[in-house]
Amino acid sequence: MKDKAITLPDIDLGTSPDKYKYGFRQPERSVFKAKKGLNREVVMQISDHKNEPDWMRRFRLKALEIFYQKPMPNWGPDLSALNFDDIYYYIKPVEKQGRSWEEVPEEIKDTFDKLGIPEAERKFLAGVGAQYDSEVVYHNIREELKKKGVIFVDPETAVQEYPDLVREYFGTIVPPADNKFAALNSAVWSGGSFIYVPPGVQVDIPLQAYFRINARNMGQFERTLIIADEGSFVHYVEGCTAPIYTTDSLHSAVVEIIAKKGARVRYTTIQNWSGNVYNLVTKRAVAHEEATVEWVDGNIGSKITMKYPAVYLLGRKAHGEILSVAFAGKGQIQDTGGKVVHVADDTSSLITSKSISKDGGQASYRGLLKVYPHLKNIKSHVVCDALIMDEASRTDTYPYIEIESDDVSIEHEARVSKISEEQVFYLMSRGLSESEAAMMIVNGFIEPLVKQLPMEYAVELNRLIELEMEGSVG
Amino acid sequence: MSKKPEFVIEDLHAGIEGRPILRGVNLRVNVGEVHALMGPNGSGKSTLANIILGHPAYEVTRGRILFKGQDILELGADERAHLGLFLAFQYPVEIPGVTVAKFLKRALESRIAGGGNGEKLSVPKFIKELKESMKLMGLDEQFVNRYLNEGFSGGEKKRMEIVQMLMLKPEFAILDETDSGLDIDALKIVAQGVNRMRGPNFGALIITHYQRILNYIQPDKVHIMYEGRIVASGGPELSEELEKYGYENIREKFGIETQVSA
Repeated sequence: MKDKAITLPDIDLGTSPDKYKYGFRQPERSVFKAKKGLNREVVMQISDHKNEPDWMRRFRLKALEIFYQKPMPNWGPDLSALNFDDIYYYIKPVEKQGRSWEEVPEEIKDTFDKLGIPEAERKFLAGVGAQYDSEVVYHNIREELKKKGVIFVDPETAVQEYPDLVREYFGTIVPPADNKFAALNSAVWSGGSFIYVPPGVQVDIPLQAYFRINARNMGQFERTLIIADEGSFVHYVEGCTAPIYTTDSLHSAVVEIIAKKGARVRYTTIQNWSGNVYNLVTKRAVAHEEATVEWVDGNIGSKITMKYPAVYLLGRKAHGEILSVAFAGKGQIQDTGGKVVHVADDTSSLITSKSISKDGGQASYRGLLKVYPHLKNIKSHVVCDALIMDEASRTDTYPYIEIESDDVSIEHEARVSKISEEQVFYLMSRGLSESEAAMMIVNGFIEPLVKQLPMEYAVELNRLIELEMEGSVG
Repeated sequence: MSKKPEFVIEDLHAGIEGRPILRGVNLRVNVGEVHALMGPNGSGKSTLANIILGHPAYEVTRGRILFKGQDILELGADERAHLGLFLAFQYPVEIPGVTVAKFLKRALESRIAGGGNGEKLSVPKFIKELKESMKLMGLDEQFVNRYLNEGFSGGEKKRMEIVQMLMLKPEFAILDETDSGLDIDALKIVAQGVNRMRGPNFGALIITHYQRILNYIQPDKVHIMYEGRIVASGGPELSEELEKYGYENIREKFGIETQVSA
């Protein structure tokens, strides 16, 4: 049977202005707003507002120099429309962070209520950090975890209260010189999370951070550092949304994870930025002996996302997993993937990438698999699946593989598929409408991600997709 | 004929990409009857099955298909399913990431909703029936958690088609070479599924190459298709005759004048 073009219902994946559910905004009422643009003065203002020790101020200023020197990436999506002078680098929404939601100003609390954060916290989270523009406005962790020695605070608090831990690890996994956006974040970072899990402690329910941009032309530069001590476990979840503006916003985070011997860290992202946000993020983890790091990375929103979560397998028997799912709708570029670097014997990795492109969206898988010389028993499996919904959309795969050892077992699979007429006919012959059939096929395609999510997030992700798809029929 | 004709095909001409395949099919299956449709490869049997359910790749150029007195040719495949039609596919497609249970629940919900009598799906009843149907078809219960048809053997796929039929309870089912590729035990199991459905409110068209399955599902009538038309119809003895003479001798045996293909 010939592949006849089938007419699919107009399925919106959630990011076009008329469908995006989180595009509302509050009036801006910041207590301090740095002047637009980036310079030493802005960096020093940020540092002053945070009352930082000198070492952190110097770290920032040095990073700013690196940012000026570093060229823009000469690969990947076109970032030439991104104007660094047209961005606010620091907007402080409140004087003081709340420990209870009552302490958070009404309009900001209202925002997080609409996003369901306080409710989620009550129901199924061990701790929550909520960031609004540049600062974390609310932070709380369950008392029993605190008693076990788990630290979950914003990084500013960590700089003040746990300077030794911060100085030991901050900027070591992603140094400012790593890339232009890592340098930018290092210079102007504000907000984010700092997590320390003591040896042997299992944080059984997730910790969550929620990042909300409210102001126009905002740049959000949160910084997250997670240290999982020996034999511990933590699952950290982040979500992000922003209002719809006609001008661009920038989100450029840095995330560093250290999983010590036998520790396991899972980091889940559901990124649902509005369609005017550049999302340029550097995420990297190191896994020591017998440690496991898992990145579950769902990219639904944003204008352009460039994000390739990385795991460096530094110790014997370390294991890394990256599960990346991207939706590229109208006007969107999702340039995502993962990097795994094998530096020790008996290490293994699994990268699974799933992308859907629709209405002219572009989804690219960009990945690196690197194996250092003279290593034994290395296993890696890379699977890239792309689903293209129409002729106007595209998908590309850029797998970079650098293998310098012999005792290596590598499997790489890449598939590009369309929703086939046969699948749609089969489901319709069982009574499903054409749009239900398409939805079921799309949901099945992303199932490997969804089933990795805690149930509440799985429900949310499914609901997000299904709502958007249903709303577009007829 | 005393019974009201339930499923009627009248002078059906159809093809794909301008190439004619069906050249005037006439068929009538009364309520509660099971008919067999036999014929050599390329005679148009599977095309007919797909057209009955409304496969979008085929184009009907002339004729009608009536089900419950309604011309269904303008209906979508989903609407035909809601009306009570079912096709057990010759090559069931894989739907990755969608479990059998999830798929069947959704299909049943839309079948019930499409039926329009305001019923709601009872989940406990659904689970019970699903388990029973799986057991009857000799499929392990664990199959409900597997992705639909993914990694299933040929035989497992065919059995799953019958499980779907048992669950969806169609009023008229077309089985497109469900028997091909099955060993004798699997064949008996599949036949059992069809026989369980038999009754005054269920009709079926069994498409097959071989007489074998008809030893286990007694057809009320047998039709022979050749070059896009039904060239002979008769009782069960027709399939035995066909088995004896083979398709090669079909032309002389039934005195068929073949059309010159374009």
